[in-house]
Amino acid sequence: MGILMKKLSFSLLLCFSASCLFTPNVLAKHDVIQIKGSDTMVNLGQAWAEEFMNQNPEVSIAVTGGGSGTGIAALINGTAGIAQCSRGMKPEEKEAVLKTAGKEVKEFVVGLDALAVILNPANPVSELSIDELSDIFTGKITNWSEVGGLDESMLVLSRERNSGTHVYFLEEVVRKGNARGPEEFASSILMMPSSQAISQEVARSRAAIGYLGLGYVTSGHKTLAVSKKKGTAAVVPSVETGQNGTYPISRPLYIYTAGEPQGDTKRLLDFARSPEGQEIVQAMDFVPLK
Amino acid sequence: MDFVGLPVPYTMKPRRISEFLIESAIFLAGTISILFVVLIFIFLAKEGFALFRTVSLWDFLAGKDWYPISYPPRFGALPLILGSVWVTLGAILISVPIGVACAVYIAEVAPHWLREILKASVEFLAAIPSIVLGFIGLVTLVPLVQSLFNISTGLTALAGSLMLGFMAMPTIVSIMEDALTAVPRSYREGALALGATHWQAIWRVVMPAASSGVIAAVMLGIGRVIGETMAVMMITGNAARIPTTLLQPVRTMTATIAAEMGEAVQGSPHYASLFAIGIVLFVITFIINLTADFFLHREK
Amino acid sequence: MIRINPRITEKLAFAFLFFSTLLILVPVFLILVLIFKDGLPALSWEFLASYPRLGMRAGGIFPALLGTVYLAAGTLVFSLPIGILGAIYLSEYAKDHGFKRVVEVAIINLAGVPSVVYGLFGLGLFVIFLKFGASLLAGSLTLGIMSLPVIITSTREALGTVPKSFREVSLALGATKWQTIRRAVLPNALPGILTGTILALSRAAGETAPILFTVAAFYLPKLPQSIFDQAMALPYHLYVISTQVPNVKLSIQYGTALVLILLVLAMNIVAIVIRARFRKRKLW
Repeated sequence: MGILMKKLSFSLLLCFSASCLFTPNVLAKHDVIQIKGSDTMVNLGQAWAEEFMNQNPEVSIAVTGGGSGTGIAALINGTAGIAQCSRGMKPEEKEAVLKTAGKEVKEFVVGLDALAVILNPANPVSELSIDELSDIFTGKITNWSEVGGLDESMLVLSRERNSGTHVYFLEEVVRKGNARGPEEFASSILMMPSSQAISQEVARSRAAIGYLGLGYVTSGHKTLAVSKKKGTAAVVPSVETGQNGTYPISRPLYIYTAGEPQGDTKRLLDFARSPEGQEIVQAMDFVPLK
Repeated sequence: MDFVGLPVPYTMKPRRISEFLIESAIFLAGTISILFVVLIFIFLAKEGFALFRTVSLWDFLAGKDWYPISYPPRFGALPLILGSVWVTLGAILISVPIGVACAVYIAEVAPHWLREILKASVEFLAAIPSIVLGFIGLVTLVPLVQSLFNISTGLTALAGSLMLGFMAMPTIVSIMEDALTAVPRSYREGALALGATHWQAIWRVVMPAASSGVIAAVMLGIGRVIGETMAVMMITGNAARIPTTLLQPVRTMTATIAAEMGEAVQGSPHYASLFAIGIVLFVITFIINLTADFFLHREK
Repeated sequence: MIRINPRITEKLAFAFLFFSTLLILVPVFLILVLIFKDGLPALSWEFLASYPRLGMRAGGIFPALLGTVYLAAGTLVFSLPIGILGAIYLSEYAKDHGFKRVVEVAIINLAGVPSVVYGLFGLGLFVIFLKFGASLLAGSLTLGIMSLPVIITSTREALGTVPKSFREVSLALGATKWQTIRRAVLPNALPGILTGTILALSRAAGETAPILFTVAAFYLPKLPQSIFDQAMALPYHLYVISTQVPNVKLSIQYGTALVLILLVLAMNIVAIVIRARFRKRKLW
């Protein structure tokens, strides 16, 4: 018993001194602008960062995805200076930043993302209203014949919950603009980890319907024209209809900072909203600001 | 002769002191595994138990709705637990017969030169990153399942089961093979001497003697399958509905953690609920491993 | 019941066993062929040595490759000393049978914890509680603990193959227990330890789930400078370009998968070669 205790206490001492040895060795965390957030925007952020660093080699920028919530969480925890969000920040999230960082959240719109609703080219349906889409994604409509298609069960695809695209579609389409409405995605719909997976699955299956950013649409898809109400004009998503606001499922892309951006962070933000930065927005398949 | 037991190390020569130090380190390293298991549980519990301030354990385990980001949120993990169970059952049904047969072939039938090649290949399968298998599964297995069963999507529990069954093979084969090699030579020789064919000796004598290995292989195979994350997330469709057949999409516990952790705000109930799922997984694998260990040691 | 000729039964049974083996090996082979066929054209020095460009749609994988090497090295630093000492404890020192069993059960359970749970644990302990942040340190520690059971088990097995007589002779010559272990036992167990360690590292290098929350960065413009920096990693990079970024050329995806597979394959081959040479040299 005594031996055991002695060995144990000595081991702990050893362990402790070893960990002390490690600590002075610490290289300080060095200065990097941390951009975190939306997976939708992460390659956009990266493209900006690349070009900005080309022009300003002394600046270092790290870009991470994980979802809009990740970016907001990082802003709250203070682990990132810039949060990229494909949805608006909620009031309680802004409060949390104010509470932990002591700074007001600043919001910047840096581009637009038009969400395309896509079908397999073999599907005869070509336009739907927001109400119909809501019924499809909540599981009230389950067969294509109910909206003028073939007699076939629908295969409904959504993005995972960690994506801002999911939240935006839920609030604007499923809940028809009432963010806290009672409608939910049906539990039977497939949650895909990526837009890429939705794209592949829709190209593969005649019964499929899914939504994704305009940039993901390929020749293997049919882009649905969407109307605000049954009977009003249905609009196909494009850069023009996104910019002029006629396409109903188009959302702003945000950048948030805690407090007024300073120094390199401010220059980066200015760059993103400059004509040059907006060209990159277009090149990354988003809709640039007017 | 046990110097470590001496009361005070002052009188020790330098060599004795270094010996004392190294033996202390050895003791620490030997017991640190216990510490890690405890730490894992503590840190899962620390973050996860916060959930049960807002949701009862029963509502969490038996609730049928998983809507963690709605108003109000609902944390019913039953569809996720059953999703994992279905995929795992399917995988085990596929992998155990094939895996055991492969182990028997390697250990009992294959010529000596082939044996090492086969073992190395199976070992290599264990090393193929699950993300690569998920990537391959998405482009090969998913369309195959879709066209084979003529269903609207191949992203189903079955696709997951097939892939996970495949991924569990190395575990099952290696444990089964160990169990077979542990059967004394004399058993086989006795059976052959009595006029049994090679197969009869294997089937009637060797296999029964290694039966607890089969159980251990099944258990550890389950443990391997239920914890798999990336491949499953990519190919099972992730619909949080209680599945009734293997041809439906399912959402597993592991995929839920990996897919939703990014969105969860630290300290929120959603964040806690993902750790709570982690606890469920930890407890399940803990029980499975204890059971497997019990069977492996009973054999000895 | 009809009595079937045992010879025929045997033929059928062996055919089934052989077929089952093929059922495992043929897909392994096909996966390799698929990845080599589509990945090889993408492979070039430039692909390995340059940064991703144009939002991952062009360029190479250098930072991800290096990040994975760093992570493997970090994993090694943390798990090898503890793993070897832990195995020495179990095989040479532990006497109390009950306590030894508890340690063994703990190791078995560590081996069985799902990789994504390790990710949660790393997030809870290293990233948040110890405030390492998402960093190489947090990721290496997480992967290190995950690799520990494999290294302990294989080292212990290797120590077990060293004949008892080696120890007895050394002790009889007046060596202390630790001297015996260091001079007589460890050198003879070294190939086995190496094999197990390399295999453990090859698994750690391919893991995605444990690094998801503890270290992996989507894109970093500069290589990590300290252990407190985030890093890119090959498996996570493959996940990102195959699921998160639109319109990445398939050749880049397959090329990345191929590099990851080659890395793992190379480590496995090294392990197998060490084991084979060890077997041949073994004289006792």
